[in-house]
Amino acid sequence: MEEQETIVGRGSRDGAALFRQWFESLDEAARRDERAAYVFVMGSMNEILKAFDMHITLPEINSLQLAVRHVAHEYLQEAEDYGYSPDICGYVKADVAVQLRGGVHPMGQIPKPCLAVYTNACNTYIKWAEIWERIHHIPIFTLDVPGHRQLGVHTVPGDQSFEADRAYVEVQIRELISVCEEITGRAFDIDRLRETMHYANQMSASWARLLELNRSTPSVFNALTDGTVYLGVANGFRGTAEGAKYFQDLVEEMEYKVANGIGTITNEQHRLAFVGVPCYPIFRRFNELFAEWGGTFVSSTYLWFASGGTQKGYQYDLTDPIQSLSEGVLLNVRDAMNSMFDQTTVIEGFINEFGLDGVIYHPIKSCRTVSTGLADSRRQLMENTGISSLFIESDMMDRRVVSEAQLKNRIDAFFEGLISRKQQLTATGGT
Amino acid sequence: MAYAAGVDVGSTQTKAVVVDETRRIVARGLVDTGANVIQAAENAYLEALSRGALTEEEVEYVVGTGYGRYRVTFGNEQVTEISCHGRGAVHLFPATRTVVDMGGQDTKAIRVSGEGEIVDFCMNDKCAAGTGRFLGAASAALDIPLDDLGNTALASRRPVKISTTCTVFAESEVLAWLGKGKKVEDILWGVHQSIAARSAGLMRRVGITEQVTFTGGVSRNPAMIAALEEKLETALNVSDDCHYIGALGAALFALDRILASRAPLSKGKAS
Repeated sequence: MEEQETIVGRGSRDGAALFRQWFESLDEAARRDERAAYVFVMGSMNEILKAFDMHITLPEINSLQLAVRHVAHEYLQEAEDYGYSPDICGYVKADVAVQLRGGVHPMGQIPKPCLAVYTNACNTYIKWAEIWERIHHIPIFTLDVPGHRQLGVHTVPGDQSFEADRAYVEVQIRELISVCEEITGRAFDIDRLRETMHYANQMSASWARLLELNRSTPSVFNALTDGTVYLGVANGFRGTAEGAKYFQDLVEEMEYKVANGIGTITNEQHRLAFVGVPCYPIFRRFNELFAEWGGTFVSSTYLWFASGGTQKGYQYDLTDPIQSLSEGVLLNVRDAMNSMFDQTTVIEGFINEFGLDGVIYHPIKSCRTVSTGLADSRRQLMENTGISSLFIESDMMDRRVVSEAQLKNRIDAFFEGLISRKQQLTATGGT
Repeated sequence: MAYAAGVDVGSTQTKAVVVDETRRIVARGLVDTGANVIQAAENAYLEALSRGALTEEEVEYVVGTGYGRYRVTFGNEQVTEISCHGRGAVHLFPATRTVVDMGGQDTKAIRVSGEGEIVDFCMNDKCAAGTGRFLGAASAALDIPLDDLGNTALASRRPVKISTTCTVFAESEVLAWLGKGKKVEDILWGVHQSIAARSAGLMRRVGITEQVTFTGGVSRNPAMIAALEEKLETALNVSDDCHYIGALGAALFALDRILASRAPLSKGKAS
């Protein structure tokens, strides 16, 4: 019993503590007038930046924290008053207001940038970085990661076209190293890179194992709520000893829960997958609307793309760090893009692997990148598999377009249909 | 004889239906919802009881539905109007596979199985374009009673194209057409066509499979029926009870609960 009290819930506690620690360190850095690298969840390049001991901040996470803390509307309004359209990315607008306020954020002062590194995984990243370039007059670095040329055709290491793409990424990574040397005034140390890559390897392996553990019944963590806490650590602490240790402990906790049949909710009746970005303005309540029916999220595409596509646990070869890093970045960022645009095949496999009863598609108003095509993807999944699914729209940031009453109505109707369908299957002896 | 009731609290009107054990409708009630939702639910229910010469004690189970379903304080259970419209439509028209429900503030497209289960559904979000509210705006702009809109529109010979999908801007567009000397019936038919086009878009998202049943308050509008049939290129199932289908579905769910409670216990499970 004592062991259970120590282990169960440790991931949430330690995750929240590490998250606070990260923001406190940023706050301290800002007060010392030190700057940070501004990076994104898809292709953060933590391995390189941490090898130069640079502070890292992820403005996507800064913005979503404003929504979770119910103050996003103040920041969005400020950016709109400044001239930004109501129709563009809410993360961008909230961050613009943070910049206009000189880095003031409820979790602590956000340092000014010394560099922005971004990939093409999200088209908004590019314009977003250009805003910082104009506000702060900093260098910005585009890491152009080639995606798949054809839907469903995946090149792999060894293929001629893959190796050409990898070489293209490698050249850019070498350029990024030069930029970092220039900004920090420090010579690149390949052994420091090996060290950060070693920790990233440990984290990736644990992340893949963690996601796999939720195949168990009952599920051991909620992919929507708990998963988002884990993502915060995964992004902020990638390439660090603390991050690697956290996920090793988390795997231990979840293996313990699996072995002892300890579920994330007491009455798990419907196992769901989530597709899209969470509804942060009513983050807990959104989940409750499902939990009240005994529904729990066992998997989420968010955990794939917002972890930078690291869910498959790619392991760098530390004997040839730059070559291996370019291969890993290519594979991971490509997987992140596929998780947004071509998730159907994976979810089809998950129906049996995770015992899914339903799939929830959640397009959001202020991110067309991740939302466009979800209606078609859903239709394809339903046609291919016949699984129940729900399509509900809200937003990741803007409470003006989040209607809890409308969400509840649709969620209730989804569960009414799902339960009726299960009863019908039971009555007819189906499975 | 056991009776079951359904009360559908809509944004504009509240409907109540009582069914008997044979699933026959024995009474209906209809009131404007107004600001006091709890009172509207009670009034519609009491009106139905009065029309059916029934007492509250004779009704064993009541299901509330509609946006105000949690305000049916005397109800035993709440079921969404999406499930209720699907169930009611299949009850009235067993070959129904697609339901289009057009109410005061939302339009729903529902795909149902032969058993009345909801296979998929889609509704308008955050915007009342393509709903009854759009007709309300036209009614106000043209100063024609809502109930007369349909027959007026059917007299159209040279319909205008209403390009806006926004309920708020519809009024100004209607006035603009009036200013250009267009006939009222031509403007109104354009309004109906605009709503039909918007609704057909919703229906395509769930897949349009015949037969299609048209439910909700707007299904009483003959021009809306004609516009939808023209757009969908299929005949619609429409009944005099289409306005009550949500309440009917709720009453049928209520009857299910009564009958389930009477089902014999399985062997070995009796206490």
